[in-house]
Amino acid sequence: MADMKVKQPKGVKLDHISKIYKDPKTGKDFYAVHDVALDITPGSFVTLLGPSGCGKTTTLRMIAGFESPDEGEIYLGGEPINALTPNKRDTAMVFQSYALFPHYNVFDNVAYGLKLRKVPKNEIRDRVEKILSLVELSGMEQRMTNQLSGGQQQRVALARALVVEPGVLLFDEPLSNLDAKLRVQMRTEIRRIQQALGITAVYVTHDQSEAMAISDQIILMKQGVIAQMGSPMEIYYKPNSEFVADFIGECNFLHGKVSENAEKGAIVSLPAGKVAVRTEKKRTSGEACEIVLRPEAITIGDEGMLPCWVELSCFMGSYQNYHVRVGEELVKITDNCPLNKKIFNTGDRAYISFDPECAHLL
Amino acid sequence: MMTTIVVLIAFLTLFILYPLAILLVDSLYGGNGFTLDTFRRIFGMWTFRRAITNTLKVGFVVGILSTMIGLLFAYVEVYVRMRKVVGGLFRVVSMLPVVSPPFVLSLSMIMLFGRAGLITRFLLGIYDNDIYGYWGIVIVQTMTFFPVCYMMLKGLLKNIDPSMEEASRDMGASRWKVFTTVTLPLLLPGLGNAFLVTFIESIADFANPMIIGGSYDTLATTIYLQITGAMDKEGAAAMAVVLLCITLAMFAVQKYYLERKTAATLTGKASRVRMLIEDKSVTIPLTILCSLGAIFVILMYICVPIGALFPTWGYKFTPLTFKWFQQVFTRYRGLQAFRDSFVLSLIAAPITALLSMIISYLVVKRNFRGKGFIEAVSILAMAVPGTVLGVGYIRGFANGLFHTGVLSGIYGTGLILIIVFVVRSLPTGTRSGISALRQIDKSIEESAYDMGADSLKVFTSVTLPLIKDSFLSGLVTAFVRSITAISAIILLVTPSYLLITVQINEFAEKGSFSIACAFATILILITYGAVLLMNLFIKFFGTSRKQKEVK
Repeated sequence: MADMKVKQPKGVKLDHISKIYKDPKTGKDFYAVHDVALDITPGSFVTLLGPSGCGKTTTLRMIAGFESPDEGEIYLGGEPINALTPNKRDTAMVFQSYALFPHYNVFDNVAYGLKLRKVPKNEIRDRVEKILSLVELSGMEQRMTNQLSGGQQQRVALARALVVEPGVLLFDEPLSNLDAKLRVQMRTEIRRIQQALGITAVYVTHDQSEAMAISDQIILMKQGVIAQMGSPMEIYYKPNSEFVADFIGECNFLHGKVSENAEKGAIVSLPAGKVAVRTEKKRTSGEACEIVLRPEAITIGDEGMLPCWVELSCFMGSYQNYHVRVGEELVKITDNCPLNKKIFNTGDRAYISFDPECAHLL
Repeated sequence: MMTTIVVLIAFLTLFILYPLAILLVDSLYGGNGFTLDTFRRIFGMWTFRRAITNTLKVGFVVGILSTMIGLLFAYVEVYVRMRKVVGGLFRVVSMLPVVSPPFVLSLSMIMLFGRAGLITRFLLGIYDNDIYGYWGIVIVQTMTFFPVCYMMLKGLLKNIDPSMEEASRDMGASRWKVFTTVTLPLLLPGLGNAFLVTFIESIADFANPMIIGGSYDTLATTIYLQITGAMDKEGAAAMAVVLLCITLAMFAVQKYYLERKTAATLTGKASRVRMLIEDKSVTIPLTILCSLGAIFVILMYICVPIGALFPTWGYKFTPLTFKWFQQVFTRYRGLQAFRDSFVLSLIAAPITALLSMIISYLVVKRNFRGKGFIEAVSILAMAVPGTVLGVGYIRGFANGLFHTGVLSGIYGTGLILIIVFVVRSLPTGTRSGISALRQIDKSIEESAYDMGADSLKVFTSVTLPLIKDSFLSGLVTAFVRSITAISAIILLVTPSYLLITVQINEFAEKGSFSIACAFATILILITYGAVLLMNLFIKFFGTSRKQKEVK
């Protein structure tokens, strides 16, 4: 597969771009995308993640050229591309609805972009063949698209975009029409192919687990602006806001006050007691704060840092799920491999503890 | 339910199948058994042979032109950002052929471009412009039928997933390339479909060739003249069989080949809103072109009420006068004409609406023997030209069933006119009823059954409220179609009934355009009023209003 490496993956730079729409109901202008600045390194896999209406798809479509930014400039491989129509841009997109041409068979669908580029027939055949084997569809060339399963259609759409060797590959929620199991399988596949080809990819999704599994970088968006960007691990363990923490995975919030600064951290006083938390930023004492705790970072036992009452205890197979009340606040705990541990029941008195390294202070 | 089905089958057999069958029987059975003599005789007439080529030539050209103009309008509407006014023009253009009698454009064509035409004689000073004949028919029919193509193609274009075109564009195709490699191939069966529908309409059209055809005879007019002029009923029957065969063949291709193909290539779900073309070098010329076209068509229609206001068309234009409108009622028994047309259509409309609802309900929701028959026959009637049906009724009922005298009592009465109205509107009503019912999710009705409603209760409490709008529009469509109908009616009407369309046709043929225009204007007002009333009713009592409020 070494010979299939993309010759020149391109970087994408969004230089403070904005898109203004008119609200159809009120007639007022609003920012669908506001001042998004982003530098995507060549060959990396970047995911635009966020709830619906956050501007992620609009951003992607601005890169493809279907929408033009009202402010800012987009660069592809260092060249400004705002003035270029979609057909002149070195991008290829995989659509949510696949957008396969129903009047063409698989081969003609994949060969479409190459024919437009006037690639010689022999070469078209070779390249289509190669790319179809990459997406494991060899032998399906003559099928019509409506004779394919959802997963196969997805692969054809991917092959059609890949075969033109674009500078950047764009994905618009490509897996949302597949069932859960196939979705997991296809995202691994997409990641495998992207890495094998070394191609730059920008991927839009609202599924946080998909984003985690697939990306080098996640850009989390909210109401048109970037809420946070970073590697999946950074976003997961060091969310910069309640929104980010809550959007990525499950999360507990403990509200309290900074009582004193400690070395490499702070002591936070909660209604239920005092705990030490690691933090990079210096906090002033007396300041209101939130401790962000992931459910799997908390342990439950007969003794520990904070007392609690068990309100729900539920066996889930790979873990025991607890809802406990710490002071006034509800805390969710997933206790992995519960087989040899003590199981607490609803109404029991218990204690929770956590590693200060795994707690994050907002 | 059993009785309903039996009655339905009897009705369809008696009033659709039997009149067509009797045509075949009549033209094949002479005095002593089976013979092809009648066919040999009519094919021996050069006038008939010429009528066939004339009809096909007109149908072909009108089909092509209408489809192309319809495509242009539909493309501009769906793909190009345009001002609201232009959209309004398009709506008016698509609405006009529905509410006006089928031949008003012939009238205005003659009044504008004929020998004494406003434009030809007074603006351009041409005294011998001959608008009658081939080009007259082609232009008028194209203007009448292209809105149908426009509506059909608009629906199809809206169903093309814009992502498909974006994918093509994203991979490097120019807009033109996108159109030729994606949009057009996807639309091709739809274009064929539009072409054939117009083709059938064109060759079945009676009134326009009658008024503007001059000596250029088509099959429909030849059949009419054969029966009213030459009094050759067997010959007319055989000619009708020929015309029927042509339309049926076209219809079969359209129905069973093209419609299926259209459904197969269009996914039917648009995943997102289409990005409209905003490039001014594209939008401005296209908008101007289409607006001018639309305005021209609208002016043609407006010419009719204006023509009724001039003292003498072509000679004296001022002062504007209402004398023609007065004469409609004082001299030409207009009141009786409007009353007859109005009453007969008003009786026919609810019967048609009810029948088509029952048929579509049975076809969509029930399974029974004879279902295929009911569906096929009621849809088949769509392909039967009015002239053919008229001749069939004459042959089938004038001397009773199979010329035995049974049921001959209904011939020449208002009843047979009502039946013709019903049969002529039934196919469109049934088709829209079927599509309305198919849209209702089966589980909605199942949940009503599940909660203990019996089938009547389910129908009245769930199904009926959901198809109310469709029923209502079926009712008005039937009314409008009936009151503007002419082709079958003109063969069956007796002096005891005056019908507006027949009157208009008569005056137009005599050259009394002002009086014809006055009649036509009042007729358009009636039909437009009916449509307006329906829209108001749907707006205030319809289901769609409630659904909108919930949202």
